[in-house]
Amino acid sequence: MSIPKEYRFTDSHEWVKVEEDNIVSIGLTDYAQDHMGDIVSVETPRVGDEIEKGEPIGMIDSQKASSEVFAPISGVVVENNDLLEEDPGVINTDPYEEGWLVRVEVGDMEQLDELMTAEDYEEYLGRLEEE
Amino acid sequence: MSSHPDVKRTALYEEHVKAGGKLVPFAGFELPVQYEGIAAEHHRVRTAVGLFDVSHMGEIVFRGPRAAEVVTRLTTNNVTNVKPGRAVYTPVCRADAGIVDDMIFYKKSDTEWFVCVNASNKDKDYAWFVEQTHGDCEVIDLSDKYSQIAVQGPKAPELLARIFGDDVLAMKPFWFVMKQYRGQEILFATTGYTGEAGGELYIPNAVAAELWRELMEKGADLGVGPIGLGARDSLRMEMKYCLYGNDIDDTTSPLEAGLQWTVKFDKGDFNGRDVMLKQNAEGLKRHLVPFVIEGKGVPRHGYKVFAGADEIGVVTSGTMSPSMKVPIGIAYVKPPFNAVGSRFEVDLMGIRRAAAVVVDAPILKKDR
Repeated sequence: MSIPKEYRFTDSHEWVKVEEDNIVSIGLTDYAQDHMGDIVSVETPRVGDEIEKGEPIGMIDSQKASSEVFAPISGVVVENNDLLEEDPGVINTDPYEEGWLVRVEVGDMEQLDELMTAEDYEEYLGRLEEE
Repeated sequence: MSSHPDVKRTALYEEHVKAGGKLVPFAGFELPVQYEGIAAEHHRVRTAVGLFDVSHMGEIVFRGPRAAEVVTRLTTNNVTNVKPGRAVYTPVCRADAGIVDDMIFYKKSDTEWFVCVNASNKDKDYAWFVEQTHGDCEVIDLSDKYSQIAVQGPKAPELLARIFGDDVLAMKPFWFVMKQYRGQEILFATTGYTGEAGGELYIPNAVAAELWRELMEKGADLGVGPIGLGARDSLRMEMKYCLYGNDIDDTTSPLEAGLQWTVKFDKGDFNGRDVMLKQNAEGLKRHLVPFVIEGKGVPRHGYKVFAGADEIGVVTSGTMSPSMKVPIGIAYVKPPFNAVGSRFEVDLMGIRRAAAVVVDAPILKKDR
């Protein structure tokens, strides 16, 4: 399972990617989509919504279960992924690129330092699989 | 997933592994939740034919000269005043009308019934049956001896006829016959839990895997495939068939669950009759209704239901309907919100509220 080196991660399996300056994309990791199975519906905050780190901001529904999405960082939503409206399954097929959930403008970019690096996340997944 | 020491395997375990089934512990058994994917398996059953390993289900026999009295008392539906060779779906209630379990009674003769019960309730059911029988007839738990394969879908009758003969094509829903298969007696029933044609086959463990393989081989040109528990759940939800532990339990009555058609007040006395007569006279405080979500948001068991600021009920089952491609569910709601066409909102774990409208059962219409 591939883990992009330049991304940051949460223990609830969201990822953050810096797009430019203080704009980041948020998404769901490959591990998460694999565990959920076929994703059929996605609820995300809309453009202009403020999100707060650690708070539930949306919902991912797969054919077999529903799972909350937690904000990995605080900021303001500046873009929604229209592709998800037509085909939420893109999260299954391309979780790290086409399947992004929202783009967020972040005030304090130092928040990212508190998140796991790709190396940390890989180690974390290893521990989960052992349990 | 690591194997659990107490988890049993069915006689078809090797077949699931070979077919790439994703196995999970369920009701004390290691069973496939899916193979190729829930939606694909769901469509296979709605358009062709699918095989389900439901060997985890329990099988219990009532036998003896006074068995008819016993099963009349235990059940709410009429399981005695039907011909041998007929199957009857019925709740089994306590005195307070709470549902001990829901099950199918197969009447073999005027003195013998073969009963299929839910796996998770089997031990509870057996204890209840023994207690309520007061020694008036034999109660025999055959669960460890039987496997069960459900064959469901529009092509299921054709597949079954290829193995068991064309006479099975003349069987109406909820009939059964005893058949020989490789020297063993099996119970061949036209029952099911999907809303499709087909049957449920109760087979001695020794020949279960052989029958599974033969069904797979002889059904290849019909599009047969194995179906996991995930699609079993979405298929039954589209029909608004109750799942014990989700939609019904010890605290719900058959009347509240919309199972009035299974309660025969005029058949004589039975467990729960007095309380249900009282419930009918006083009016029910909640009703189990099927609904569809308008727009996005998949309802799940336990989600709260609101009408404006008032909490009026709770979701008991929900999924994205693979056939209709809209979110659907089942919920207990207070009257008058049970009326078809009533509108309410489902709270999606505090994220948002989704608009819902009550529909007739089944949720998936036959003329789709």
